[in-house]
Amino acid sequence: MSQGKGQGAEKVIECMKCGIVMELGNVEVTYLNSKFPIQLPKCPQCGLVYIPEELATGKMLEVEKALEDK
Amino acid sequence: MDHKKIMEFEEKCIQEHPPACNATCPVHVDVRSMLAEIKAGRFTEAFHIYRKSVPLPGIISHICDQPCRSACKRGGAGDAIAIAALEKACVQQMSIPLPKTTPSPRKPERVVIVGGGLRGLTAAHDLAKKGYSVTLFEAGSTLGESLSKNFAAVLPSQVIAEDLAIFDQLGVAIQLNTTVDKDISLAALSQDYDAVFLSTLPSEQQDQLTIDPITLSTEQKGVFAAGSPDKERAASPIGAVAEGRRAAISIDRYLQGVSLTAARENEGSFKTRLFTSIIGVEPLPVVPLGHNRSFYGQEEAMQEAARCIQCQCLECVKVCQYLTHFKGYPKKYIRQINHNLKMIKGRHEANTLINSCSLCGLCQEVCPEGLHLGELCGLARQEMVTKGKMPPSAHDFPIRDMEFSNGEQCVLTRHQPGHTVSNYLFFPGCQLSASAPNHVERAYAYVTEQLSGGVGLMLRCCGAPAEWSGRTEVFDGELQQIKAQWEEMGRPRLILACSTCGQMFKKHLPEMKTISLWELYDQYGLPEVAGAERPARVAVHDACTSRQEEDLQERVRKILRELGCQIDELPTSRDKTECCGYGGLMQFANHGLADDVMKRRINQSPADYVAYCAICRDNFAGKGKRTYHLLDLIYGEANPVAPARRGPGYSQRRENRVRLKNKLLKELWGEKTVLAENSFATIKLWIAEDVQEVMEHRLILVEDIQKVIEHAERTGKKLFNHESGHYLAYYQPVSVTYWVEYQPENEGFRIYNTYSHRMEIPHGDE
Repeated sequence: MSQGKGQGAEKVIECMKCGIVMELGNVEVTYLNSKFPIQLPKCPQCGLVYIPEELATGKMLEVEKALEDK
Repeated sequence: MDHKKIMEFEEKCIQEHPPACNATCPVHVDVRSMLAEIKAGRFTEAFHIYRKSVPLPGIISHICDQPCRSACKRGGAGDAIAIAALEKACVQQMSIPLPKTTPSPRKPERVVIVGGGLRGLTAAHDLAKKGYSVTLFEAGSTLGESLSKNFAAVLPSQVIAEDLAIFDQLGVAIQLNTTVDKDISLAALSQDYDAVFLSTLPSEQQDQLTIDPITLSTEQKGVFAAGSPDKERAASPIGAVAEGRRAAISIDRYLQGVSLTAARENEGSFKTRLFTSIIGVEPLPVVPLGHNRSFYGQEEAMQEAARCIQCQCLECVKVCQYLTHFKGYPKKYIRQINHNLKMIKGRHEANTLINSCSLCGLCQEVCPEGLHLGELCGLARQEMVTKGKMPPSAHDFPIRDMEFSNGEQCVLTRHQPGHTVSNYLFFPGCQLSASAPNHVERAYAYVTEQLSGGVGLMLRCCGAPAEWSGRTEVFDGELQQIKAQWEEMGRPRLILACSTCGQMFKKHLPEMKTISLWELYDQYGLPEVAGAERPARVAVHDACTSRQEEDLQERVRKILRELGCQIDELPTSRDKTECCGYGGLMQFANHGLADDVMKRRINQSPADYVAYCAICRDNFAGKGKRTYHLLDLIYGEANPVAPARRGPGYSQRRENRVRLKNKLLKELWGEKTVLAENSFATIKLWIAEDVQEVMEHRLILVEDIQKVIEHAERTGKKLFNHESGHYLAYYQPVSVTYWVEYQPENEGFRIYNTYSHRMEIPHGDE
C-alpha cells in the first residue's frame, strides 16, 4: 500500500502529545486477519500515526474492499 | 445453497431461449444473428450463419417455405420479416467464394443413403462431414434430378449444380440409376453397409417397416427410413432437410453405440419460451422486392433486416436500474451468484451484485415466468452471513442504526395514558419517528381520539434492516422482542404507518393482526386543518414494500382525492412500483446505484410526488424533488411552491427518535426521563453545511466526531498540522476508525473535515 499524496506531510504534522514533528516510519495496519506494513508519518516517541484523507478514502478503501471480497 | 434451488431460479429466466423464428425453423437457423449481420451490410458473415444450419444454402434459400415467418414477432407490428428473401440475398451477396468444406478425419464405418432428394442429400452431407464413408443411390441419371423436377419454376439448374459440388469435396460416392429392390435388395445393402438410410421409402417397403418418428430407426438393425416420395413433395422442403438431419444424427449415434433417444426434444420445430414484448415497437411494412425482380438488392436487404426487432425478453431489466446497472440479465446474474456462493478461494466478485438488490420484487411482477431475483439475493446474503463471508462494511451502518432505534434511548412500549389495556397498538416505525417525529405525535393523537378501548404505543424498529442484510438470527431476536411485548400488551391490533413494517409482520409474525394508519384516516375521516397548504396535483409513489397491498394503495389515493388533489399515476405504480433506493439496504451497499435509482424515479413525472414511506420521501426530496409525505398533505403542510424540504441527516434522525420518546413520555405519560448522557455528548460542534454533506456521504455521525474529540482532548493524543493550523485526531469506537480535523471555537469545536477507514492502526484506540 502506498501512502500516495501523504508523502512529505510528516514535515508539517506535529504530535501534540510529545511536541515532536512526525517522521516517516513503519506501521503495520491490519484488517480481517491480514497485515500490511506501510510507511506512514509517525511520532518517533509515542507512535501516534497520521493517515491522510487521500489514503483512507483511496488506496486503503480499495484494499479493504478487496479483503472483504476474499 | 443447494443446487436444485439455484437451478429453479435459473430455469425461470428465459432470456437465453431462442427467438420464435429460430425455434420454429426445423433446422434452427440463427435468424436473429443473421439479420443483424445483414443490417450491417455484412452479407458474408450472414451467409456463414445461415450455412451453419443449412446444408445446401443455394438450393434451400430458393425453395424454403419459411415456417419461421409465421412465428416472427415483427408480424405483431407491421409485417413479419421476409426471412427467406433475406437468406436468398445472403447467398447472392456473398462477396467471397465459398470456402471448401473438408470432412472430419475418416471413420471406418460405411453408410449408404438411398434417394437423392432433400432428405437424402442432407443426410449424406451431414454424415460425410462427420467422416463416414458415404455412398448415395440416386434413381435418376443425374444427382439433383428430383429437385429440378419438383422445383422447376423457382430453382435454376446452376444453383443446384453449384450446391451439389460439395458432395465431391466431401468424397461422397454417387451411384446413379440405382433403385432399391429393383437393382439391389435391402437385405444386400444391410450386409454391405454398417447403416442404411432409406430417405424415400420404396412402396414395397412401406408396409414392411415401422418407422420411429423420433429416431427414424426401423425394426431392422442399422436401417433408418423416412416417409414416401409423395410425402416429400407435399411436405415442407425445410422439414425434409430437418428429417435428413434427424436421420444423420441417429445413424451417427447408432454407429458410435450411444443412445438414439436421449436429448432430442429440440430437434425440429418447437415452441420457444422466450417472451418478447412488441409494446412501443413502431409498425413497419415489409420492404418490397426490387422492380421486376424476385429478390432483394443489397440496400433493400439491409433495410428489411433492419426491421428485425432482435427478439429478447429483458422485461425485468427494462424496469429495474439494478438489473441494468450490472449489464446482464437474471440468468447471468444467477450463475454469478451461484459461483460466488460456491467458491472458497479467490475474489468474490458477485458480492456487490448480491448486496445491491433492493429485494423489491418488481422483477417478479413483470417476469413472464415470475422470477424473483431478490429472493435469491436475500437467500445468498443469509448464506454469506452464516459462512462469515458477508463484507463487514456492506450493512454495518444501518445495522448499528437499527440497534440504536431499538436501544433504551429510543424504545417505548406503553398503554394509552389512563388505560390499563390496549385494543390497538400504534407502531409508527423507526423512520417516520426519525424523519418526522411531529407526525408521529399527531397520528397518535388522532388514533387515540378516534378509537376506543385503548391505543398503546410502541416505538422501535421492526427489524427490517437485519432481515435485508441476511442476519437471520438478529432479525429473529428483534421479532421475538416485539412479539413478547405485544403479548404482554394483550395482543392488540397493530396500527402501522410504514409498509415495510407491514411486510415484515405479515410474513414473519402473521399472528399479529394489523391495520394501516391510512385505512383509519379513510374510515374515520380526515382531520380539519385551518389554512392548509396542499398542491393541486400530485403523482403517487407507492412504497415497494406495499407492492402486494392493493387495498392500501387504493386508500392512499382515496385520501388524496378527498384532500382535493388530482392524481397522476407514474408509469410504474401500485404492484409495479419501483424502490426509492433504500430497500434491501441498497443505499449502503451501493451508494452510486441507489443515486441512479432515485434519479430515475424522480424523473418520471414533473408533478410533485407524494409518498407514504418516510424514507422514500426523504430520498426523493434529498435529490431535489418536491415530495410530500402523505401526513404532510393530511395535516396541510405541503407547500407546493417552496423548494423540496430535505429530510434530516443520519445524526439528526437518531436525535429525533430520542427526543420523540422523551417528549411523549413527558407530555402524555407525565414521566421524566433522566437520560444517562455520555461525556462526549455535551461537546459542542460547529459544522458547516459542506462538511455535513461529507458526513452523510461517509456515514459519519455527530456522535462519532464527538467521541474522537473527547478522546483527543482527554488524552492529548492529537496531531497539529502547521500548514492548515488545524488539529487532527483519530479514534476507533467501533469497527471503524474516525478522523477529525478541527479547531476549538466558541466553547466548542469547528469541524473542517472528517473521514474514516476500517483498517486498524496498532493501538489506535488507546
